[in-house]
Amino acid sequence: MSTFYFIAFLSIFFSILVITAKNPVHSILYLILTFFTFTIHYILLNAQFLAIVNFIVYMGAILVLFLYTLMLINLNKDSEPVKPFMVKVAGVFGGGILAVALASSLKLVAQSNPVVLQNPELGLVKNLGKVLFNEFLLPFEVSSVLLLSAMVGAVLLATKDPKTAA
Amino acid sequence: MESLTNTIHAVPLNHYILLSAIIFSIGVIGVLIRRNAIVIFMSVELMLNAVNLLLTAFSVYRGDATGQVFVFFIMALAAAEVAIGLAIIVMIYRNTNSIDINVLNRLKW
Amino acid sequence: MNQLIWLIPILPLAGFIINGLGRNSFSKNLTGFIGSLLVLVSFGLSIATFLQVKSTGAPINVTYFNWISAGPIHVPFAFLVDQLSSIMLLIITGVGFLIHLYSIGYMHDDKGFGKFFAYLNLFVFFMLLLVMGSNYIIMFIGWEGVGLCSYLLIGFWYTNPAYADAAKKAFIMNRIGDLGFLLGVFLIIYAFGSVEFATLFPKAATMKVGAAPFFTITILLFIGATGKSAQLPLFTWLPDAMAGPTPVSALIHAATMVTAGIYMIARSNIFFSLAPDTMEIIAIVGLATALFAALIAVTQTDIKKVLAYSTVSQLGYMFLGLGVGAYTGAFFHVLTHAFFKALLFLGAGSVIHAMGGEQDMRKMGGLKGKIKVTFITMLIGTIAIAGIPPFSGFFSKDEILSHAFAHSTTFYVVGVFTAMLTSFYMFRMMYLTFWGKFRGTHEQEHHVHESPATMTIPLIVLAALSIVGGLINWPEALGGHAALEHFLEPLFKASNAVLPSAELSAGTEKLLMGISVGVAFIALVYAYIKYVKNGSLPVADTEERPALTGLSYHKFYVDELYDFLIRKPLDFLSTFFYNVIDKMGIDGLVNGIGKGTVETSKGLRLLQTGNVGFYIFVMVLGIVAVLLYSVFGLTKV
Repeated sequence: MSTFYFIAFLSIFFSILVITAKNPVHSILYLILTFFTFTIHYILLNAQFLAIVNFIVYMGAILVLFLYTLMLINLNKDSEPVKPFMVKVAGVFGGGILAVALASSLKLVAQSNPVVLQNPELGLVKNLGKVLFNEFLLPFEVSSVLLLSAMVGAVLLATKDPKTAA
Repeated sequence: MESLTNTIHAVPLNHYILLSAIIFSIGVIGVLIRRNAIVIFMSVELMLNAVNLLLTAFSVYRGDATGQVFVFFIMALAAAEVAIGLAIIVMIYRNTNSIDINVLNRLKW
Repeated sequence: MNQLIWLIPILPLAGFIINGLGRNSFSKNLTGFIGSLLVLVSFGLSIATFLQVKSTGAPINVTYFNWISAGPIHVPFAFLVDQLSSIMLLIITGVGFLIHLYSIGYMHDDKGFGKFFAYLNLFVFFMLLLVMGSNYIIMFIGWEGVGLCSYLLIGFWYTNPAYADAAKKAFIMNRIGDLGFLLGVFLIIYAFGSVEFATLFPKAATMKVGAAPFFTITILLFIGATGKSAQLPLFTWLPDAMAGPTPVSALIHAATMVTAGIYMIARSNIFFSLAPDTMEIIAIVGLATALFAALIAVTQTDIKKVLAYSTVSQLGYMFLGLGVGAYTGAFFHVLTHAFFKALLFLGAGSVIHAMGGEQDMRKMGGLKGKIKVTFITMLIGTIAIAGIPPFSGFFSKDEILSHAFAHSTTFYVVGVFTAMLTSFYMFRMMYLTFWGKFRGTHEQEHHVHESPATMTIPLIVLAALSIVGGLINWPEALGGHAALEHFLEPLFKASNAVLPSAELSAGTEKLLMGISVGVAFIALVYAYIKYVKNGSLPVADTEERPALTGLSYHKFYVDELYDFLIRKPLDFLSTFFYNVIDKMGIDGLVNGIGKGTVETSKGLRLLQTGNVGFYIFVMVLGIVAVLLYSVFGLTKV
């Protein structure tokens, strides 16, 4: 039980660091740490498949992509222009209010039962695979099209226009 | 695994919701206070993950695998989104030599 | 005959349609022939109708269809031809035919020949409708229709702005009267629930003198009559209406349309007899108009203007007759006036034709040897209007005057004075035109010629009618038997029962006749001495006139008075409303909304900074607002 609160504290702590770090590279590193805490959350919920996917896709692929892009752009110096202080205050204020609003909407749920793992098999690869390939077969196949189009789009966007380059 | 999963037995659902809300809000704040497009993008990822966590928690709570399948789809979508988004950022940088979103202030009359 | 009376108005309407459609393709002779022939056929039918009414003594009442049915009110489309309307039919179609005939010659060189005949036919149609209608609504159609035709024909030469203005003036003045008439009809509907003559008048005859609705109804109807028949204060349009072609002046503004008011009052005589106050007002207005117009006519130099004012004056006489209860006398005067005034106008037209369009009497003179037929016929007309026996005008005028004498001596004295003026200005016109030396240019002198036969024949016929017209109501005092009076008696029976009888002894009547003949001769002789013996001429416009003649020459400045009293304030008010209410108020409001939108948008546009961060911030606030609403708003409910 205390494990959850400790990990939750780490999640919040690192995510705050993500948005406050001056250097974008540091931000990414903190983000990796944050995502790592999320992976632990998934394991705690016995969602093993998601934990692994999160570990591989997010931390392995996506964040590496971030780092790679950042290096490509070569913006690792603290060149980011700082927003005015008032804007920052306003931003924090807005986000804080959002958090309060979200928390207060808990009132609507009005139930605080503990999360009990009724079926330990739930988050296992075998179980999820069955669900995925039975009920969600079509969305699953469509998502492959999505990934393909995203790939084509990314290539198209990132290639230099031959006319303008010339 | 049994012992690990047993540790969460006493955690109320509300606390998961609270945690997700806080991380989501942190993501929002990040979007609001930063000008670096990549950092803003990372904040968006933070928000997405907050939602993922919540979906998983509900899925376990209700004993329904659908929630976890959804998270899987969201991750696929996020991968696609990141690929496109970063490509766009690269394009912006190429055109403006900056990834400051305040340069992109043409979204007006 | 009963089956055929619908043909009487329909034939001129057919003429209007045929001539109107074929105005560009028909030859002038064909147009003139069609137009005149159809009216002639109508005239033939009118004679047949008249003879039937005369022999049976019963009115012809034919209902064609139920036209308006609204709640308790039923207005059938029906024609009623009784003694009064049968005589009006004869005047309209008879005189109308002669004037059509005359127009063939008079308008021969005009471009709008076909249009002219179409309008004339249309006018005859509406006038017949006015007279034949069996209720006030059909009468009102005709009433409006003749006003329209009058407008069209006054402005016939519409390229001249002054003529077009005269047409508008006539139309507007008529509208003022028409409103009175319309309100009167509404009141009749309100008070009696019907507009049919046949149901109204017997019902009214049972009511008491001075009963409540009659004063208002009659005053409103009388206002209608003052507009149509050019009485004070709405008379100024008639002299201006002389802008139209002369046959129009003869037909519309002398013989028929202007007598519509008298016809209408004679038709509703029982209403008026039951409202003695209105009768008094009518008499006074009529007398004042007669005197006023005669005073103006004395100094006019335009030959048609003299005749126009004389028409107004004669109409005043007719109203005087109505006002003192001499319905027969007034109607008799309508009849004789139709003859001699149409004759005089057509004669004047012939003179103008001979002079090549010249209307100023100062440039005429000495024409009596050159256009003999015109001269003789016009002389007959002048004698008739001046009231010298045995020509027709004497009898009708005398009947009105004797009734006026029986009513009040003051009326009589003013009436006789006006008769003297009438004789004076008519003979002045004759002397200036036909006697003395020719005062026009050499070209005009060379041009002078007698008009063609189509123009002189109507003159001769009308002259004959002017001579013998008096016979139809030869007074009993002179050994006659007053045929017209007996003929019309059924119509005025109810009124005569109400009104105090105005029987004068034969001796008194003869004395009155002697007086009026005497004053007519005095005026005649005075005019002869002044204009023939001394050869004096009206002075040119540029010269100074003595105060009184100047006042008369400038028509007592009535037009200027109206201008000052009505047009100027109206103009001022319009300008005020235009500038303040419309421009500042309404336009300000409309433009203000537009400007306000633009200004607000300019302000709001600044919110669209293009700053994506700001957009997101606002979006977040929006989400928060929605959340807060769903949390706190919903729980309360």
